[in-house]
Amino acid sequence: MVIGRAGGAQRPPRFRPGRWLGVLPFFAFTGMFLIAPVLRMVSRSLQDDDGNFTLDNYRSLADDQIVQAYSGSVRLSLLTALIGCVIGFFLAWALSIGGLPRWLRTPVVTFAAMASNFAGVPLAVAFMFTLGGNGILTTWLELAGFDLYSTGFALHKFVGLALVYAFFQIPLMVLVLLPAFDGLKKDWREAAENLGATPRQYWRHVAFPILLPSLLGTFLLLFGNAFGAYATAQVLTGGSGTPLATLLIGQQISGDVLNNQGLGMAVAVGMLIIMSFAILFYSVLQRRSERWLG
Amino acid sequence: MTILNAPTPSSLAPDEVIEAPVRRVHPLAWLILIGIGLYFFVPLILTFWWSLRAEKDILGFEAYGRLFADANFWSSLAETVVDSIATIVLSLLIIVPTAFWVTLRLPKLRPAVEFVTLLPFVIPPVVLVLGILRLYARPPLLLTSTYGSSRLVLICIYAAISFPYMFRSVDTGLRAIDVRSLTEAAQTLGAGWATILGRVILPNIRVALLSGSLLTFAIVFGEYAIAVYMAQHTFGPFMANLTRSKVYEPAAMAIVAVAIVWVAMVMISYVTRPRDRR
Repeated sequence: MVIGRAGGAQRPPRFRPGRWLGVLPFFAFTGMFLIAPVLRMVSRSLQDDDGNFTLDNYRSLADDQIVQAYSGSVRLSLLTALIGCVIGFFLAWALSIGGLPRWLRTPVVTFAAMASNFAGVPLAVAFMFTLGGNGILTTWLELAGFDLYSTGFALHKFVGLALVYAFFQIPLMVLVLLPAFDGLKKDWREAAENLGATPRQYWRHVAFPILLPSLLGTFLLLFGNAFGAYATAQVLTGGSGTPLATLLIGQQISGDVLNNQGLGMAVAVGMLIIMSFAILFYSVLQRRSERWLG
Repeated sequence: MTILNAPTPSSLAPDEVIEAPVRRVHPLAWLILIGIGLYFFVPLILTFWWSLRAEKDILGFEAYGRLFADANFWSSLAETVVDSIATIVLSLLIIVPTAFWVTLRLPKLRPAVEFVTLLPFVIPPVVLVLGILRLYARPPLLLTSTYGSSRLVLICIYAAISFPYMFRSVDTGLRAIDVRSLTEAAQTLGAGWATILGRVILPNIRVALLSGSLLTFAIVFGEYAIAVYMAQHTFGPFMANLTRSKVYEPAAMAIVAVAIVWVAMVMISYVTRPRDRR
């Protein structure tokens, strides 16, 4: 990161409307394609079918089908964020502090960038051929005497989805965490050692606390990443099977399954609220970690 | 949904400031790398293997031949490529002047712009398309009446989704150069805004522009949720349909998709390699 930004903030403020024209296209465009649709969903979620104000749609969120969808999404996102964090942490550690040869980095980081962008149809397909009912690995395991599907495993169920989601969660963690590991200064370790700290104490009292905001922030980012994922789950489940909030919204778009447009909007707004919390705290924690690791 | 973390120049190319540590490989490091590597490579390798088995008892590229003979493959691919290029151009046209202007004249507005560029992370694609359809698929603002107009709306949504990546990329590029001095020097020499942007600023941040564009391509390519509900015949919906109707072709298609995204990522890694940075 380059320190010191161009542009002088110190000048006395003077109101010049011409200046604002420069950012007008940006705000107009995002207003039209990001903000307005959200506001429309919020306003519709507060109306009944005749357009009168109501909170009924939000009361109806307590419906079983909806609670299950939210809870499925939250649990899947928490689990895969945790998997991503733990495994991503070890991989980032192995690549930086673990001392793996430097030439490995570029291919691993490039692969991680690819894999973290790989969510969607091709990812679902790759796992179907591997661990689906007729998947190659499934068949091999069966030949080896282990019938995976007799354990209740299926790609379209909770554990199966989690296994697939890990494919884009772990790489994202590595991409975020690797620069953080690199930011751990050698001086800090030496200072700790000079003061008589054992490696364990160095990790416990120096490195880990510095990495913690970054870890927590990334956990939330991964949570949001899984929470909003749609295509992967859609292809694996065929749109139903495992209740997830995004799948419910998909069904709502294609056929108003809830028989209530306003309720569908309320489900969407509920997702936005959960996402806002995740991304807000992610961004706060990320800023905090940049203080040390920037 | 696709993801965040733009492999920005800084995350792809480890800073040269890292002091060379004592290179002592921890015994667990290789074990971790190989164990995790297996999880990632087994599905890809087995999918590739499956894609070679379309002909009975022979390994061959039959599935690829059938995939490439499918007219829908080429039409959806072409449509996606055109849409991606349009998205990239639109995104650059909006983000570059905005990032430039915010850096130069409105630094106080930076938090607001950063906040707005974060919105696509908060709004899942399937939720966004629900709102878009609610707003623009019915009067009085009917923008999706024809296939072509829906396509334009799709491109605009993709551009908006690319903002977090594009803004971060361009912003990183702009911070690495002294925008103010360059602009003032150009103005002293009599350059107008178009000349300043086109001939002074852009050439200096071309690496950032290129990596932002490639990343946008990787995100748009294969996007499914929005395209399918906008009834667009792009690559994402094509792949999903193929999965439902064919046995071996989807494997070939997954490998082709991996290869395309992989090429985009290798290009990013190449253009942002350390010696290009000043």
